[in-house]
Amino acid sequence: MLKRKIENVLEVSKLNTWYGDKKILSDINLSVSRNEIMVIMGHSGSGKSTLLRYILGLEKTKEGLIKLLGSELAKLNKNELYELRKRIGVAFQSGALFSSMTVGENIQLPLHENTNLDENTIQIMSRIKLELMQLSGTESLMPAELSGGMLKRAGLARAVIMDPELLFFDEPSAGLDPITSAHLDNLILQLRDTLNMSIIVVTHELESAFKIADRIIILDKGKIILTGNKDEIKMSNDPRIINMIERRAISNQFNASDYLNRLTRK
Amino acid sequence: MLTNILIRLGNFGVFLYEIIRSLLIPPYPIDLILKQILFVGARSVLVIVIAGLFVGMVVALQFYDTLVRFGSISLLGSAVGLSLTRELGPVLTALMVIGRTGSAMCAEIGIMRIDNQIDALECMAIDPHRYLISPRILAGIICVPILTAIFIIVGIFGGYFVGVILFDISAGSYFQNMNDTILNRDLFMGFIKSIFFGLLIVWISCEKGFNLHLDKRGIYGSEGVSRITTEAVVTSSISILFSDYLLSALIL
Repeated sequence: MLKRKIENVLEVSKLNTWYGDKKILSDINLSVSRNEIMVIMGHSGSGKSTLLRYILGLEKTKEGLIKLLGSELAKLNKNELYELRKRIGVAFQSGALFSSMTVGENIQLPLHENTNLDENTIQIMSRIKLELMQLSGTESLMPAELSGGMLKRAGLARAVIMDPELLFFDEPSAGLDPITSAHLDNLILQLRDTLNMSIIVVTHELESAFKIADRIIILDKGKIILTGNKDEIKMSNDPRIINMIERRAISNQFNASDYLNRLTRK
Repeated sequence: MLTNILIRLGNFGVFLYEIIRSLLIPPYPIDLILKQILFVGARSVLVIVIAGLFVGMVVALQFYDTLVRFGSISLLGSAVGLSLTRELGPVLTALMVIGRTGSAMCAEIGIMRIDNQIDALECMAIDPHRYLISPRILAGIICVPILTAIFIIVGIFGGYFVGVILFDISAGSYFQNMNDTILNRDLFMGFIKSIFFGLLIVWISCEKGFNLHLDKRGIYGSEGVSRITTEAVVTSSISILFSDYLLSALIL
């Protein structure tokens, strides 16, 4: 039987992390293959953003292995890590644009710092990416003059300016109206299809996840409780996933005397 | 408690190491360095001139009142010149720079930290120490000595105004005594101090903002920025006064 080799752009195995004495992530195992859109989901405080920080090498791994684009993060020195990061793009939740620079300068920054391209080429490349994000004409505006959705798209334009192999997008839909959110979802699909990127999206928006994801990982209290495509997620019998899909609040067993004790304890 | 202090000192050390490392590797971001020189130096000149003028005037006034009791008012120029060159010039310039520039740097870097802008730089393969901190350190080392020189010169003329114009001391005696008393060693002391203070101010202020996320006291966000800015001003000021004594003791 011919075995097809699937190339993984990201592999995480047995990752455990702590903040002080508190365990944040427990035994995380995941992999993302080339050209795949993987969505990491979970409610607030489930460890999504922490996981992202470890995958990006912003935090040092103490236990477990993270392999990004074939390189084991823990074994890289600072320069090697920077070389690796030139092949990835990260769009932050807030956009993380530099407020003292114009939108154009923000987007061109990675090209100015990491390449020897001439100014004309840089200008053209930034216009192409702004056009893709439907932000033409905003080059000379300051970030403070953009709306929330525009900031996210400008952050995305900066993240893809170097045509990365792997794109990370933190909370693309958070705080946006449904139309802008849907537009960003389309953009993510477009980036995968036109630029052949592998994309990892961290979100808690179920609708958006179902629309864009090839596979979904659901985190709860720092543990992966399910990995699968949207149909597998929908068919899951796990009450935590059912609660999430049906947007049901987690009900606590109510004990009147415990409640009274908690309120009145000194 | 002791562990926390050691961790904080360790963070300061690692931060300085990263800055020195980034300064040793070309290319140097000349445009960013010039931008910071404009901010730290050029835009502080007016404040330094005003402060220097009044400090020179009040020093001359106090010395005049003291010297007149001993019948030595001819030494006014030496007293004003020496005190400004060796102590008041470097220290007060440094304190003015902390208030005007150090606090702003700390708040700016702190806000960049909480808005993920520093993480964004890291993710864009841009070393934040090289891109954000090194230009500020260089600007501090270049500008604080120049601002100190301006402070001293303006202060001497402030003293001249009080001594010569208001109290009618001979201008020749004011400057001649100053010229006779101030040695190269005094100028060297002031210069070395100002370079060290320039480094110290930017190092402390930027480190506080840069490592805001490492703060274990759980206050992040705008309150965290406000607190570390206050801390940066207080720590820098005390460090300046403490290191001033150490440097004076070493050089004298």
